[in-house]
Amino acid sequence: MAECHPVGFQWVMEAKARGATVIHVDPRFTRTSALADRHVPIRAGADIAFLGGLINHVLTGGLDFREYVVAYTNAGAVLREDFVDTEDLDGLFSGYDPDGRHYDTTSWQYEDAQAAPAAGDRDQWSQEDTESHGAESIKASAGGQRYGSGGAALANKPQIDETLQHPRCVYQVLKRHFARYTPELVEQVCGVPVADFLAVADAITRNSGRDRTTAWVYSVGWTQHTVGVQYIRCASILQTLLGNIGRPGGGILALRGHASIQGSTDIPTLFDLLPGYIPMPQAHQHEDLDAFVAADSGQTGFWGNMRSYAVSLLKAYWGDAATRQNDFCFDYLPRITGDHGTYQTVVDQIAGKVKGYFLTGENPAVGSANGRMQRLGMANLDWLVVRDLTLVESATFWRNAPEIETGELSTDRIGTEVFFLPAAAHTEKSGSFTNTQRLLQWHRKATEPAGDARSDLWFYFHLGRIVRDKLAGSTDERDRPVLDLAWDYPTEGALAEPSADAVLAEISGRDAAGRPLDAYTQLRDDGSTACGCWIYCGVYADGVNQADRRKSRTEQSWVAPEWGWAWPANRRIIYNRASADPDGNPWSERKRYVWWDAGQGRWLGADVPDFEPTKPPDYLPPEGATAQDALSGTDPFIMQTDGKAWLFAPAGLADGPFPAHYEPVESPVDNLVYGQRTNPVRESFPEPANRYHPFGTDVFPYVFTTYRLTEHHTAGGMSRALARLSELQPGMFCEVSPALAEERGLRHMEWATVVTARAAIEARVFVTERLRPLRIGDRVVHQVGLPYHWGVDGITTGDSANDLLAAVLDPNVHIQESKAATCDIRPGRRPRGPDLRALVASYRRRGRVDDEDRPEE
Amino acid sequence: MTQQDAHTPRMGFFTDTSVCIGCKACEVACKEWNAVPTKGMDLLGTSYDNTGGLGADTWRHVAFVEQPVPVPDAAGSAQGADGMRWLMASDVCKHCTHAACLDVCPTGALFRTEYGTVVVQEDVCNGCGYCVPACPYGVIERRESDGRAFKCTLCYDRLGEGLEPACAKACPTDSIQFGELDELRERADLRLANLLDAGESDARLYGRDPDDGVGGDGAFFLLLDEPEVYGLPPDPVVTTRDLPSMWKHAGVAALTVAAGVAASFLGRRS
Amino acid sequence: MGVRQWIDSWPVYRQLTGSDRLARGAAAQSGPTRRLHARTSDADQVVRSICPYCAVGCGQKVYVQDGRVTQIEGDDDSPISRGRLCPKGSASKELVTSPNRVHEVLYRRPYGTEWERLPLDQAMDMIADRVIATRRETWEDEDEQGRRVRRTMGIASLGGATLDNEENYLMKKLYTALGAIQVENQARI
Repeated sequence: MAECHPVGFQWVMEAKARGATVIHVDPRFTRTSALADRHVPIRAGADIAFLGGLINHVLTGGLDFREYVVAYTNAGAVLREDFVDTEDLDGLFSGYDPDGRHYDTTSWQYEDAQAAPAAGDRDQWSQEDTESHGAESIKASAGGQRYGSGGAALANKPQIDETLQHPRCVYQVLKRHFARYTPELVEQVCGVPVADFLAVADAITRNSGRDRTTAWVYSVGWTQHTVGVQYIRCASILQTLLGNIGRPGGGILALRGHASIQGSTDIPTLFDLLPGYIPMPQAHQHEDLDAFVAADSGQTGFWGNMRSYAVSLLKAYWGDAATRQNDFCFDYLPRITGDHGTYQTVVDQIAGKVKGYFLTGENPAVGSANGRMQRLGMANLDWLVVRDLTLVESATFWRNAPEIETGELSTDRIGTEVFFLPAAAHTEKSGSFTNTQRLLQWHRKATEPAGDARSDLWFYFHLGRIVRDKLAGSTDERDRPVLDLAWDYPTEGALAEPSADAVLAEISGRDAAGRPLDAYTQLRDDGSTACGCWIYCGVYADGVNQADRRKSRTEQSWVAPEWGWAWPANRRIIYNRASADPDGNPWSERKRYVWWDAGQGRWLGADVPDFEPTKPPDYLPPEGATAQDALSGTDPFIMQTDGKAWLFAPAGLADGPFPAHYEPVESPVDNLVYGQRTNPVRESFPEPANRYHPFGTDVFPYVFTTYRLTEHHTAGGMSRALARLSELQPGMFCEVSPALAEERGLRHMEWATVVTARAAIEARVFVTERLRPLRIGDRVVHQVGLPYHWGVDGITTGDSANDLLAAVLDPNVHIQESKAATCDIRPGRRPRGPDLRALVASYRRRGRVDDEDRPEE
Repeated sequence: MTQQDAHTPRMGFFTDTSVCIGCKACEVACKEWNAVPTKGMDLLGTSYDNTGGLGADTWRHVAFVEQPVPVPDAAGSAQGADGMRWLMASDVCKHCTHAACLDVCPTGALFRTEYGTVVVQEDVCNGCGYCVPACPYGVIERRESDGRAFKCTLCYDRLGEGLEPACAKACPTDSIQFGELDELRERADLRLANLLDAGESDARLYGRDPDDGVGGDGAFFLLLDEPEVYGLPPDPVVTTRDLPSMWKHAGVAALTVAAGVAASFLGRRS
Repeated sequence: MGVRQWIDSWPVYRQLTGSDRLARGAAAQSGPTRRLHARTSDADQVVRSICPYCAVGCGQKVYVQDGRVTQIEGDDDSPISRGRLCPKGSASKELVTSPNRVHEVLYRRPYGTEWERLPLDQAMDMIADRVIATRRETWEDEDEQGRRVRRTMGIASLGGATLDNEENYLMKKLYTALGAIQVENQARI
C-alpha cells in the first residue's frame, strides 16, 4: 500500500499512531513492510492456505462474532444432501465434469431453496448452452461476473438452523472444510512459521468484535491468480465470521490501481456487463426482456427491481425509439456466447478473426500478460487506433517490437494500418473518476488541449456522429441500433467538445418530464424513467453535479458526505445496517455508525444508511413479498436475495462454493492440501505463443512475481515519459535473495536473464535481503521479484516482465495469473537477434513444454 | 547568532524518518516547484535510491538503508532469526544556525532570510564555489551546466505567501513537517519520547540541539539509528567557527575579494 | 537604474556599508530576491482536479496562467488526501506539459516504415469508414446454432482505467449499438 497508494497509506500511519497493529503479508519486504509492525513473508500463490488457516483458527477457537454470524450471515442455512465437499473428493466439489472441466453447480444450492431460475433458465447453467456448445463455453462464459455485485438469484430464503448445530448447515460444513488448514499446514504450504502465523491470528481475532474491527486491504496481489476470486471470497468469509463487514474500520478494501478503474467496472467497458452490473445478454433461441430479467435477477432483494434498471438503461441508450411495443429495443443489444475478454480477443487476433482494434489509454504490449502474444496479435490486424498522451509501445510495435529484433516480425511485412490520435490530459477535459472507495470525483477542465489532442469523450462522440451521418438513410435493419441511438449531446467551444456534464446527467437519470432523478428507488420499468447507470442514479440529483462537490473536510463530519458523491445513494460504507445489532442499536459506542431511532422511526447515523430509511428492525416480510420488501429488518445485505452475507456461495461462482487452496498453474511444488493440484476449471489458452510450464520440470525451478514501484505507473505510459519519475527508477531490475544469487552466480548490479517458455528478458540484479527463500514442504523455494514497468519507448527503457507470463485465467472474472509463475534465472545479458528465440526454444525442449495445458500431470 | 526580525519566528523542517515510506514525493515536488533540472538516468543499485545524495540538482534526497535485524517472535522477544528493516530518510539542507556557506560567500549571494533560513540568490551567485567545501554536510554544490551554486531554499518564495515548502506539502505521511522551529522541537521531543517508550532504543534527534557544532539545524531529523547509517556526519562543526572575528579585522582582504567578484556581478547583470 | 542605485543593490556593498555585516536579513537581498513570490499567486485561475494516477483519488489544484498549467499541487480540502500527493501525483504538471507528449495525429499505412501526418478530420473520417466496412464484413445476425446475436466479432476495444465515467459510458453505448462486444478495459487485467 505504501508502494502503490502512498497517499492512502497516510491513514494507515494515522491508525498506527493511535495504536493500531499493522501487519503486512507479502512475498517481498516492501516499503509497506518497512512501516508495518510485522512483515510476514509468504510464498506467492499460497494466500488461500494462509487465510484458510485463519478461518480455521477462528472456528476451532470459537472466536467468531456469534451474534453477528447468526443474525447476518447464512451460517445457519442448511445445504442439500448431495453436496460433497473437497474433503471427500480430494480437492474437487460435487458436480465436476472432468471432460468439460466445469462444474454443474446444482448440488451447491441450499436444501430447501428452489433452484429456479437457475436450473433451466438462468444463463450460466443453461441446458441449452450445455448441450449445444459443450462444456468449454460454459466455463468460458461470463456467468460468474453477473453475480459480482448483485448476488446470485435464489427463489426464496433457505431453512435456517440458528443453533448452527445441523450437520449440513453452512457453519458446520465450513468448519469441516477448513479443519485441515492447521497452523502446521500453513507453515508447509506458505512458508510462514507456525509462531508467526499464530501471532497474526491472535492479532486479528483480538481486534475484532463489538468494540473493535480489523480491516483487510488487498490489491492485484490477490486478484491476479487463477483462483483470484476465491482469494477474495476467503477474506470475505474471515471478515464475516469476525463481524467486520458493514462496520467502520472493517471491510475488505480493494486498492485499485487506476484513477477510475472502479468506474470502468461500474460503467463498464467490459464485454460481459452493461452499466450497473446488469449482465450483457447471452444468446438464446428466443429471449425477450422479461425472460432476460427472469433468468438473471432474483425475486428478492434490490435486484428484484432489475427490470426497472434495465428498461431505464435502454431508454437512456435509445430514447424515444425504445418503447413498450418494441420491448424497449432489448433486441438491439448484441449477444455474447462465451468469453470475449481481452485475452480471448488476442488469441482471435492471431487467428485473423479480429480486424480492427481500439486502444484507448492502454498499452497491452507492455501491460498485459504475454506481451509477445499481444504484439503478434496487433501485427495481424487490418487497422489499429491508439489514443494516448505519448507514443507507447502499442503504437510503435510495428517498428520497434522486440520481435522485429528477433526477426519474427519485419516492419515492411506488417499490414496493420495504425492511427495514433493524441489524447487530452486530465487537466484538459472535465469528467468524473470513481475512486477505489466508490467515490465519484469530478475534475474540471483547466486548459484546452493543444494541437490535435482531444478527450476520449470527443473522439467517441464524434466517431459516433460521423458513423451515423454515413449510415443515415440506411434501410438495413442492422443499422437501426446505430441510427436510433440517443446521441444528441450538446457541444461546447471551438473544439466542439461534448458536454461531460450532460453525459453525467444522462447517467444519473431523468423522469419522463426530463427532471433529474434523486435515487434509484425512483426507477420504473414502464419506460417513464431513463438512467444510464442505475447505481449512479442521483449523482446529478436536483440538476447539480454532486460529484463536483468540494466542501472542505474541515467544514464537515469525518465521513465527509459532501465531498464528491459515492454510489449507491452517496453511501460511504455499504451494508452499514450491519454496524448496528439486530435490534438496531450500535454494537458498541466505540463503533457507532448507523442506528435505528425508534422515536423518529428512522435509521440515523454518520453516513447514509444502506437500508430503507424507515424499515424497522422488527419488520418481517409478508408472504409473497418481492424485491426489498422480501427482506426483513435484520437483513443488512440488501443486494443478496436472502439479505445475508454468504459464508457459503450457493450460486454465482464457477469454481466452488468455498475457497480451496490450489497451486498456481506454474508452481515448483505440488499441492500439499489436496490431490487436485490446480484450479480444475481455470481458463487456459494452449496456443503456440502461450505455452505453459508442465508440473515437475526442474528447468523452471523458481517462482517469480511481478509488481509496481512507487515511482512508476503500470505499463509506463504515464511515468516513463516523465523525467521526474524516470530518474527515480531509471532501469529494469530483478530482485533476488543472497541465497539465490549464490545458487545461480548472480552478482549485484550485474545483468541476469530471466527465462520462461514465453520469453527471455534481461534485468540488472539487485541482491537483497528483502527477498528470502521459503521452506515449502521439504524443499526451499526461491522467489524472483520483477517490476513490470518497462518497454522499448520512453525516457527509461528496458525489457518487459509481462513478456514472461502466460495468459491463464480465473474462470469467474477472466483475470490472468500474473502474480505467481515459474522461471529460470541465469547470469548475463540475454542473447540478441534470432538467438533470443533459440534460447527460449531450448528451454522449451528441456522443460518438455508442449501445446497442452494439462490439468493434472 | 541569528538576528531575525523579531516578528518572524524561525521556520524549519522536522523530518521524522520513522514514518518515511521512501516514496520520493519530496524529491519530485521540490523539483517541480523549483524547476530543478533532471539529474540523469543512473541506476545506482543502492537499494531504491537512484538519487545518490544532495547536490545542485537534488535538493531533497531520500536515503534507503537495508539492515538485517533479529525478528521478534510471537512473544515479542528477539529470537535471532533473520529479519530486516528498511530505513528511509529524506535529507535536505540543514539551514544551520551557524552556516559556514553563508559566512564564506563573498558575493552575498547566500543570505539568511527573515525566517532564519539560508538561501542562495541565483542572480547574485557568481559560482566561486567557496561555499561548497565550507558546508559540513556536503549539501551545497555548483551546477555543472551553469556554474552557480544551488541548494534547498526552503521554498523561500512560497513562505512569503504563507505556503509551506513543496516537499512538506506533498509528503504523504507527514514525515516532513514544516513549522516554527521551537514548536517543531517540542513536537520532535514528544515523538522521540514515544518511540523510546515503544522500544525504539536507537531513536534519536539529529540537528535538534542548539549547542551542537553548527548551533543546531533549522532542518533537523528524527533518526532510528546512528547518523552515519544514513550518510550523515555524526558531529558536524561549522567550518567557519572563527570567521566572524576574522571578518571584523579583515576588511581589506574582504574588499579585495569583493572587487574580484564585482566584475562577475557586473557581467551577470546582462 | 543609476550607478548609485546599482551599487546599492549589490549585496556585498550593502553588507559592508550597512548594519547587517553577516548577511542576515533584508540587507542581503537582491532586487530579484525581494520580488520573489510564489508563482501560484500569479495564476489566472485555480482549477479543482483529481489525480489521474492510482485510485486513491487525491485532490489536486491546477494553477493556470495565460492558458498554461504552471503548478499542480495537493488540495488541502480533500478528506481523502489532505493536500498530499505521491511522487506521481507531484509529477502531474510534467505529465500534462511534457515535451514528450504528441499533439498531432500520426498515421502508419499498411507495410509502411514511417509515421505520416494526417489531418484530424481526415483521420476521423477514415476510422469511421473502417468501422463501417469492418462491421459489414464481419456482421453476424446469428451464431452457428442459429441463435440471434446481431453483432460483429471484427472490432475490439481495450481501454485504460484513467478514462472518465462519461467516456466509458459513451464508448459502451456506441460499441453496443454497433454490435461490437469485445469491449474491454484495464479493469479486467
